[in-house]
Parts: sequence; structure tokens; C-alpha cells
Amino acid sequence: MQNFIQAYSWVNIRFLLEGLWVTVEVSVVSIIASFIIGSVLGVLRYVKIKYLSAVVGFVVDIVRNLPLILIIFFTYFGLPHLGFKPGILFATILAMTIFESAMLAEIVRSGILAVDYGQMEGARANGMTYVQALWHIIFPQAIKKTIPTIVSQFISLIKDTSLATIIVLPELLNHAQIIYGQNSAYIIPMFIMVALMYFIICYALSVLSRILDKKLA
Amino acid sequence: MVYILTHYWSELVQGLGYTLLSSVIALVFSTIIGTMFAIFEVLPNKAMRVIGRIYIELFRNIPLLVIAMFFYVIIPLYVAKIDGFTAGTIGLTIYTSSFIAETVRAGIQSVDPGQMEGARANGMTYWQAMSKIVLPQAFKIIIPPLGNQFINLVKNSSVLAFVAGFDLMYQANSIASLSLDTINSYMVVGCFYLVITLPLSYYMRHLEKRLAN
Repeated sequence: MQNFIQAYSWVNIRFLLEGLWVTVEVSVVSIIASFIIGSVLGVLRYVKIKYLSAVVGFVVDIVRNLPLILIIFFTYFGLPHLGFKPGILFATILAMTIFESAMLAEIVRSGILAVDYGQMEGARANGMTYVQALWHIIFPQAIKKTIPTIVSQFISLIKDTSLATIIVLPELLNHAQIIYGQNSAYIIPMFIMVALMYFIICYALSVLSRILDKKLA
Repeated sequence: MVYILTHYWSELVQGLGYTLLSSVIALVFSTIIGTMFAIFEVLPNKAMRVIGRIYIELFRNIPLLVIAMFFYVIIPLYVAKIDGFTAGTIGLTIYTSSFIAETVRAGIQSVDPGQMEGARANGMTYWQAMSKIVLPQAFKIIIPPLGNQFINLVKNSSVLAFVAGFDLMYQANSIASLSLDTINSYMVVGCFYLVITLPLSYYMRHLEKRLAN
């Protein structure tokens, strides 16, 4: 018990919260970027532009089927050999965005496919262009249908930011490791606290998505 | 790339072996554990349902790396000496079992309740009806999502690299530092992953389409 009280001293908690802040920063930026890029890629894959859609589909499939850690390593250790040296934070955000965009592209595409084709025909019959129909009619419905899947993908994104501790991004898990590295009695308290912090964020998001899903349905 | 492939072939194959071994072990055990907790969740007993819910929500919302590191750091310290591969595979199993539990539960609930009632009316006990009537039908429905879980499992097994599990990702790092050819090392290892995951993911997409029609 003494260990727990000492481990949760304000200095340690504040250090963990600093790590949590980096986790949140990386997550938010990657979520916004990957939502935009993923939607564009998903739509591109759906509309079947000759060659372009096939290439997009191929690249998306390749990226989706690689482990995220490999992509993180590639952006941080590989890119400098190609003449571009990103910082740790930027390398992480880049890797997360590449990976999650590919995941989202697939979700968005399946969402669009799930929208009744009559919607498109109706919109076109009412004088909308193909792009207008896609943007105003099809896309919003597709997103509405896939909200639970998209949110659970974002939850995985938040959890996956912990992988960046391998390139020593100063995020939550990394800060916890620094603390218990100084005193092995803090190992269990630190793991419990880290698990709790991740759990609160991810669980809150999953509850939010359930509420959103019910409201929109 | 050819240089890496020929010079480090034995390391790569060993890494592939460990990755596959850990994925298969984790798949078998997480399917068993996941099914168990999924059944907990549909039982008439409220306490069991709560236990099932807590298990699923808890491990779904904690990063896999935290779970794997927990076993890697804490078990050798207080319980027994285990190597990184075992610790990583245990972490992988627990993490995946919560996702599989969620999938199986959805599968069980998509089976018409009339099936259970019919089986019970014909004199089967709850467990007989569950194991002989409901679960086989549920598993037929959830084969594609289970396959996708296996793909995730193969990708997630790369956390073994953090806990010295000698998997593909671990070998990628050691080859990269030995050969000083970072880009090609990671590309070769990427291809190794794709050889497993890409065919599986196309096959699952094909299965999904066939089951949908």
C-alpha cells in the first residue's frame, strides 16, 4: 500500500499526465488527418476512375495488411535514408495517419456500398451532378452508417499510439516506463494507472459512439 | 532487397516461424476464452453477464502493448520466469479474446432465439442446446470476422518485438542494425507479413461476399 501512495505522488502523476497529453495530441491530429485522407481514398476507390482507383485500392490493401510498428519504424528510421528526416512526433503522426487512412478508406468504401443505389439514381434524376450527389447525398449517409466502426477504429488508433514508445516518443507508456525504471516497486502501480488512463479515454469514446449511433439511427 | 533476403534468410524464416506460431497459439486460446466469455454474456444469470461485460470492456480498451509489457515485466518479477515469447503470446491471447468474445456474442445473438427455444422444447438442456444448436450456427455466421481477427492477430504479433519474442519484427530490427540497410530490411519484412495477411484478407472478402448473397 505504501508503494501505491508513494508511486502516485503529484510529481509522478503530473509526469504521467504530460505523457497523456502527448498521446492525446498525436491521437487528435492523426484522427483528423486520417479521417479526411481516408474519406478521399475511400471515395476514390468507390468511384472507379480508370487506373487511379485500382492503384489506390492496391496501396490501401498493402498498407492495411502491414503491422503499424513496421510503418512507424519505416517513417522514423527509413525515411532519413531517403533524404527526409522527420522528428519523433512528426514521424509518429505520419505513420499513424498513413495506416489509419488506409483502414478508414476501407470502412468508408464499405459504408458507401451499403447505401442503397436508388439514392444515387434519385439524386441524379433530380438534376444533381454525380459529384454533388456523392457529396450531399451518398457520403453523409455512408458516414452515418459506419459511425460505430469508425469510432472503434479511432479507439484502436488511440491505443496504438502506445507503440510509438519504441521510437521513444514521450507519450503515456514511455513516461510510465521512465518512472518505474527508477524504482521497481512502482511497476504495478504504474501499469494500473496507465491502463486506467487508456481505459477511461477509450471507454468514454465507445459509450459516446453508442449514444451517437442511437441518436442518428 | 535480394542481398538481405539471401544473407539473412535463416533469421527471416525463424522470425516468420515465431510470428506464425504465436499467432496460431493465440488464435486457438483466444477463440476458446472468447467463446466462453461470449456465452457468459448471453446467460440468463445476471452476475455472469456482468463478469463477461467487464472482461470484454476492460481488455478491449487497454492497449495490447500495455498488456504484453505487463506480463513481460511483472510475471518474471513476482511469479515465475517466463521468456518474452510466452509473455507476448499470453498478452496477445487475452487482448484478442476480448475482440473474439464480442464477435461471438454478436453471432450468438444473430441466431434466431426460436432455435434455442425449439431445442429446449425438444428436451435438450441449456448447455446441449447451446453447444449443439446455437454455437454451430453462430460460428458459421462469424467466420469472416473471425478471419479478420486472425489477420489482426498476425499484425499485432509484432508487439513481440518489444518483449524480445524473436518474431519477424524483432528480426527486422536486428537485420536492419546488422546490415545497416534499414529501408530494404523493413521492406523485406513487410513482404513477409504481406505474404500471410494479403491472401487471407482477399479470401475473407471473397467469403463475406459469398455469404452475403
